[in-house]
Order: sequence, then structure tokens, then C-alpha cells
Amino acid sequence: MRWKTMLLLVIMGMTLLPIFASGEGEGPASTSPGGAEPVEITLLIDNQSPLDGLKAVAAAAEEKLGIKVTFEFRPGGPEGENYLKTRLVAGDMSDLSYFNSGSLFLALNPPQYFVDLTDEAFMDPVIATFKQVVSVNGRVYAAPAGEITAGGWFYNKKVYERLGLEVPHTWHELMANCEKIKAAGIPPIAASYKDSWTSQLILLADYYNVQRAYPDFHEDYTAHRAGFADTPAARRGFEKLREVYERGFLSPHPASTTYENALLMLANGEAAHYPMATVALANLQAVAPDKVSDIGFFGQPGDDPSDHGVTIWLPAGLSIWKGSHHIDEAKRFLAFFLSQEGLDTYMRAQKPFGPFPIQGISLPDDIFPATRDLLSYIDAGKTAPALEFISPIKGPNLPQICVEVGLGLKSPVDGAREYDRDVEKQAKQLGLPGW
Amino acid sequence: MRTRIYSYWFILPGMVIYGLFFLFPVLISFPFSFTRWTLTDWYFTGLDNFRMFFSEPSLRIGFINTFIYAVLTSGLKTVLGFIFAAYLVARPLGSGFLQSITFFPSIISTVAVGVTFSGLMHPAFGLINKALAFIGIPGPDWLGDPHLALLSVSLVDVWRGVGIATVIYIAGIRSIPRSYYEAAMIDGATSGQRLLSITLPLSRPAMNTVILLSFIGGLRTFDLIWVMTRGGPGFSSDLIASIIYKQYQSGFYGLSTAGNVILFIFIALLAVPLNRVLSKSEVSL
Repeated sequence: MRWKTMLLLVIMGMTLLPIFASGEGEGPASTSPGGAEPVEITLLIDNQSPLDGLKAVAAAAEEKLGIKVTFEFRPGGPEGENYLKTRLVAGDMSDLSYFNSGSLFLALNPPQYFVDLTDEAFMDPVIATFKQVVSVNGRVYAAPAGEITAGGWFYNKKVYERLGLEVPHTWHELMANCEKIKAAGIPPIAASYKDSWTSQLILLADYYNVQRAYPDFHEDYTAHRAGFADTPAARRGFEKLREVYERGFLSPHPASTTYENALLMLANGEAAHYPMATVALANLQAVAPDKVSDIGFFGQPGDDPSDHGVTIWLPAGLSIWKGSHHIDEAKRFLAFFLSQEGLDTYMRAQKPFGPFPIQGISLPDDIFPATRDLLSYIDAGKTAPALEFISPIKGPNLPQICVEVGLGLKSPVDGAREYDRDVEKQAKQLGLPGW
Repeated sequence: MRTRIYSYWFILPGMVIYGLFFLFPVLISFPFSFTRWTLTDWYFTGLDNFRMFFSEPSLRIGFINTFIYAVLTSGLKTVLGFIFAAYLVARPLGSGFLQSITFFPSIISTVAVGVTFSGLMHPAFGLINKALAFIGIPGPDWLGDPHLALLSVSLVDVWRGVGIATVIYIAGIRSIPRSYYEAAMIDGATSGQRLLSITLPLSRPAMNTVILLSFIGGLRTFDLIWVMTRGGPGFSSDLIASIIYKQYQSGFYGLSTAGNVILFIFIALLAVPLNRVLSKSEVSL
């Protein structure tokens, strides 16, 4: 009888074995014999970013360089962030990874996982501001993966024309425009708080005005010497968010409207404005390609008509994993991508929604009108980087807090106070001094 | 003696899997809840995580919401499940079909249920409000109204879970000996009296199972609320589980582990006494 028991255990053991077996011993992927077979490298990207441009560059690279880029997808937002961290810690990463620049990237501890790109020739023309937000101790760990985007207000030009409105240069003028639009029976502002991240735009896009009023806010804020609640200029963002709700400017059912719904409302003139980042132009092109040229853009105005600027976000970065077997190929791919030829390929497939953070790259003539509006601010030097690029702390509950203020559930002061408390967790997690 | 060893060998693979993938992570989470943990490194921080978790502004709402959600869903499932079961046990015309459609929602994935109902409950395009508008009632913004969002999700949870409760009740009611009913009928009891004086008290064991299972299920609910509202608008439908998940998302691994320990204790504190009270009140057949 005993041998039957043994046999059973052996069978059970064998069925369990694959569960415990580790992923070791896979060996290096395909080797590259002198150019005949294209070398395959993998690129991990989130499933929300516009992809047409990168795909076109990858196709060109396969033909020109013999490097085939295979895309791997992860979720966007914090879920994708965790996915990425887990893969890095597990030592099973793709050759290239596409990820935010700024505080989120620096929180990954880049020197431990990514190849130092500081001395690569292709990084020379990249502007210093970008290098700064992907650097640790003066060494650069990522190349720009796309365009600079800006936070501000999209407006429907047809609605503006029909009602005889001018682009506003102060918050007061903007509110006056909204009043006229409301009187004409059109919702002045599309609100899409179902996707709660979109609720932050009015607050974040106000940072140009904060920086003008209080140039050192980011330093004092990081060192815990200033907060949103006790700084009038910073609190103003929360007040603006509340004001558009109180004056009845929001589109109907703000808490049930999604990002995509709001883009369609803007495109179809069912709402006159949408506070958003210009990266949305790529999504707008996808959902309403024939309407995207009706859309214009302006930075969130402050109180001084002669000082109307815009808050900008730097693009995501592309980093090479240290453990990759194809570091050289990945570098060659990046060099091609950042060249005028590579970026021309990119822009043919996907119209740029802003300039590239690379010197000497010219944009084509047929860019979106809203991109042209953005360029006028950049050419005039009227820009400020978003707070999350010049301070490592951004509280995780900001979207929910903005929804509460934006739906009138909480006063601007209470919202600001709650956000200051929320930020504390992040600062402590990072072990910053002064918290 | 040999037969006993033989039987222990049989549970060994199960025990190994249970220990490795369940018991070990549960035990290891207790020490980790006292650390600041970045997946690669951890620093001991004492009770800091617990202090921070309890100072979380949305946490008070989270505890209240979780309790409301658990009581509401388990209460409705207990009552509706009994009514459905009592009706179905009487074998009305098409009872097999009715039984199937009562059970049907339980076999669909929660995520699919959540996505479907998010669509149905949309204030402008949703079928529910269109139907209400047809009979002249203006429907509310089911998931967008902060006062209503939690209730809407609870109702969907009841729709999804009442089938399981019904099946448990049906098994319980069927096990009641027919002789009680026959004796009652000879005494001239109406069907209502039979239901209240025989079926209801004698299906107490089944009812207790339903109450306990659905209450614990309600306390640790996460998936449905996450798919339908993500705790929103604002924090209005946040449950403890969704708060914990959001902290894990933000990379506060030690803090969210502390949250899980708190949730574990919270459920134990409510469920153990409840179980004791319920089992005392059971009537033996």
C-alpha cells in the first residue's frame, strides 16, 4: 500500500513544482548575428499615453538600425507605478522604460536601476530644465520621451466667435466670459470629476501665478515653512476651483462625467472651456479629429493683465535598465529618437501638442492651433514649471480633495488645510528634513 | 496509527500551500506594520503608522461607511434572501427558472457587475434614469451624488449577493422535517402562520450563516466600490479597504500594512461577538 502513497505524493509534488520554480535560468534573449536578424528590445509603457509617434519611430528604427522595439503595457497612474517598482525590485525589467520625470521618477532611486546617460552625445541638445528633473547628484538617468505639455484652459473658438468674446488675460475677465456664455445657455466649463485626476487642473495650472507672487514658495513648501492653507497666493487655486462651482459654471453631472466625455463636450461646443493639459490634444485628435482645430488654449490667468503666463509640465523620460542585455542597442535607439529625423517621424504620425525639450528641433507648420497658442507663451518666456517638478512632495489625495472643493462639499480653506496634512505623509515617507 | 499518518500525509500539500501563501504573509504583515517600507528597505518607526492611519482625515468617514455598508447589505440580503427562498421552496410555476435567475448575478465577475451598473446608473445616458424619466420621475445622479453613492453601490451589492443567501436559505428550509407542517395543517394553521411559526424559527441556522457571511463580506468589501466610484466623489463612499488600497498605491507600504492589521482587528472585534450571539439564539431541530 505504501508505494501507492509515495506515488501519489510524487505526482502531487510534480504538479506543485512549477509554482515554486523561480524564473532563473532563462538565459539571455536572442543574440544578434551581424545585422541579419533585427535585435529585439522591449519598452514598457503605460496604456494611456499617446503611442502613434513612438510606434512610428520604432518602425523606422527597425528598418534603419535593425532594432526591433517590442512594446509591453502596464496600467497608468499609481497602479502602474507599483507594477514598475515591483519589476525593478524583482530584477525582471524591460530594456527601456517610459515613466514620469520629476518627483515620481526620483522616488524610484534611479542610480540603482538605470544607466547613466550624462555623457552620451545624444543628450547634449536636451535642455537643462529637463535634465534637472531626471538627475541625481548631477548625473542624468533618462532621455525625454515626448513634448512639453502645459496646464491651462482649452476653449471652443466657435463659441467664442459666436458670442463675440476675447481671450481673457485676467481671472476676472475669464469669469465675465463665463457669465456671458452661461447667459447664452451653454455650460461655460466642462467638469469631469468622475476621473478625479482631472479635477486638479485649476489648482495646478495656477502655479505660474503662485510663483509670480511668491518666487520661493517651492523651497519653503518643501522645507515645511509654508503650506497651501496659510499662503494666500497658493490658496487662491482652491478658491478658483470653488468659485467656478459656486457661480454655476460647471457642466451638468460633474461627478459622473469622464475625461473623454468632457473632451467631446468641448469639441462639440456643448461646453465652452475645459481646464486641462495640452497633452489632451492627442486624445482630442483621437475622439474628434475634425473638431480639434476649433480648439484654442490659454494659460490660467491671474490678476495682472500684462503678466499672463502658463504652467508647464516636462515630458516623461525613457530610461535604460542596468540589467539589460541590450544597453548599446537601447542607446542607439534613443540617439535615433532624439535626432531631427527621429522626431520628424514621430511628428508625422502624431501631431505635437507642445515643443520638445531639445534644442534645434523645429516643429512642422501644420501643428494644432492650440499648440501654436502654447508656443506663444513659451517664446515670450512666460512659463513656470509645475510644482511637482521643483518640489519632491505631492500629496496622494489631491484629486479627491479637489473634487470635494470643486463640488462645494468643502471650503477652499478646509481643502487647503487637508491637503497640507496629506502632503505630510509623503514628506515623511521621503524622510525630508523639517517634517 | 498507520491510518492516521496516512491521512496527515494527504493534507500536507494543502498545508504547505496554505502556510506559504496565506499564513506566512498574514504573520509577516504584523512586523511590517511597524515600519516605513519601500519594498527593498525598511526602517522601524514604532507606532507611527498607526498614529498616522488614525489621523487620516478620510478614515472616520471610512469606518462609518464600512459599518453602514456592512449592516445595510447584510440586512437586505438576510431579509430578501428569506423571502425569495420561502417563495421558491413552495415550488411555484417556473421555480427552477426563477431560482436560476436569482442565483445568476452571483456567478458574474464583480468587476463586470460594477462596470455594467456604472453605465446603467449614469444620470443622463443610463437605462435606469431613462426608465424613470419615461414614467415621469427625474432620476438622481446615482453615483455622482455624494449622499447617494454609497447607497447605490450597496444596492448593487445586494443584487449581486442575494442569490447566495437564497440558496443557503433554500437548503436550510428544505431540511425542516415535513411532519411539523403536516401537524400544523391538521391544527388548521394558515400558510402565513406556518411560515412565521415553523419556517422562520427553524431556518435560524441558515439565517445565521447568511448574516455572518454577508456581514464579514460587507466589512471587507473592496472590488465593487473601487470599480463603481473609487471611493468618490471626494471621499464620500470610501471604505476602510479602499483607503488602505489608496495608500498602497501611493507607495506607503508600511502604512497600508498597518491599515490591514487595523482592518483585521476591526473585523475580528465585530464578527466574533456577533457569531457568539447568533449561535446562542439558534433553535435545535
